[in-house]
Amino acid sequence: MKLKYLKNVASIKVDTEKCIGCGICFDVCPHDVFKIENKKALITDKDACMECGACKMNCPVDAISVNSGVGCAAAVYGSFFTKSEACCGPKDSSNDKCCC
Amino acid sequence: MHKINNNKPHWIIGFKDTDSKKIPVVSTKLSTKDILSGWIVRWRFYRMNYKIKEGLYCIGEADNNSPVFVTANYKLTFDRLRKELHGINAWILVLDTKGVNVWCAAGKGTFGTIELTKRIRETNLEKIVKHKNIIVPQLGATGVSAHIVKKLTGFKVTYGPVEAKDIKVFLKNNFVKTDEMRIINFKLKDRLAVTPTEIVMLIPATIIILAVSVILNFIKYRIFGPALFTDFIPFIGALFIGSVIVPALLPILPFRSFALKGAAIGLIWAVLISLIDFNYIKLIFNIMLLTPLISFIALNYTGNSTFTSLTGVKIEVKIATPIFILSILLGSILKILNSFNII
Repeated sequence: MKLKYLKNVASIKVDTEKCIGCGICFDVCPHDVFKIENKKALITDKDACMECGACKMNCPVDAISVNSGVGCAAAVYGSFFTKSEACCGPKDSSNDKCCC
Repeated sequence: MHKINNNKPHWIIGFKDTDSKKIPVVSTKLSTKDILSGWIVRWRFYRMNYKIKEGLYCIGEADNNSPVFVTANYKLTFDRLRKELHGINAWILVLDTKGVNVWCAAGKGTFGTIELTKRIRETNLEKIVKHKNIIVPQLGATGVSAHIVKKLTGFKVTYGPVEAKDIKVFLKNNFVKTDEMRIINFKLKDRLAVTPTEIVMLIPATIIILAVSVILNFIKYRIFGPALFTDFIPFIGALFIGSVIVPALLPILPFRSFALKGAAIGLIWAVLISLIDFNYIKLIFNIMLLTPLISFIALNYTGNSTFTSLTGVKIEVKIATPIFILSILLGSILKILNSFNII
């Protein structure tokens, strides 16, 4: 059974004009959100998108937009108090970036 | 092979000479020590500092034709990879991810384009292998831009399977993934993987709850009697349900929202636990305290899940938080008044 999160909230979009149909988004997506049809990437399962941003990072023509980040409530609460970007887990003392 | 020196990790079984330097050869068998310390790490408060040195490692009799696998310097991650490479000749390029696993580090960018490029250059990878291919775990794609790595280093990134256990089939398949290798699972064992750490992190909360229960109970009954358990058990039970039962039952709990999943099972717990020595006041404050508590723990589990989006979590947090605060505030007032025998 495929677990899905809230309906119709994921921020992912593909600019079909820019898309060259290389298929890297399909290859990196861990939730099978894309399908390549007629040399264009199509979003076939938007609710499965967890906004990890792998597709956007790897799209060579910048055709994908998504507000990527960690879908983690502790991180969202943390960002509320520190007024910084959502990040989860304890901070590593050797590095001010945080990790989960 | 060179003589073993004393301050090297036990899993390095020798060194391979290349033109530029000696590269550590790594065992593909996990020792009892590896397995035991892996377990201890899972039970520790923070799973920090379980890391190995970044750089290039050799598996088997790797040569300039052997594949290159990129991974993180979290030792549990590295152990899983080297175990799966048993019987294969390969190179492992370990990135410095500050001891964090591939996916989490990729989300932060520490497993990323810049670090990967830097390691390729620092290890002189182009002198070690004559091909121009590196295999990066698919979940690393969140931090790596394959086309930029290619532009900067000449190396072509192939995204390997999500899980290391599929690597052998992936290699046999000529570096092509099946659909199953691309998709992340969230099976029972995955859902409970972080439970030990979560339980350890609940210990302080448990002590506080125990202390508060003892005090309130003493105020109400003037003795430290068995009635204590009717105060203490609902809360300890709620912590357990939130951190163990919710993850275990995640797919069958109703609703897509994690806060609602938690609230649903929280409501059931609050009603069930109120049936012991039932009265309406108790039912109401149990519902007002236990439901948001379990709901909150469930909402925080989004951070461990593999399918929740930031946009969705922000929506949940925004809606649920004021309800949590209000409910717990009113519930606490009721409970305290009840302890003083005012209502």
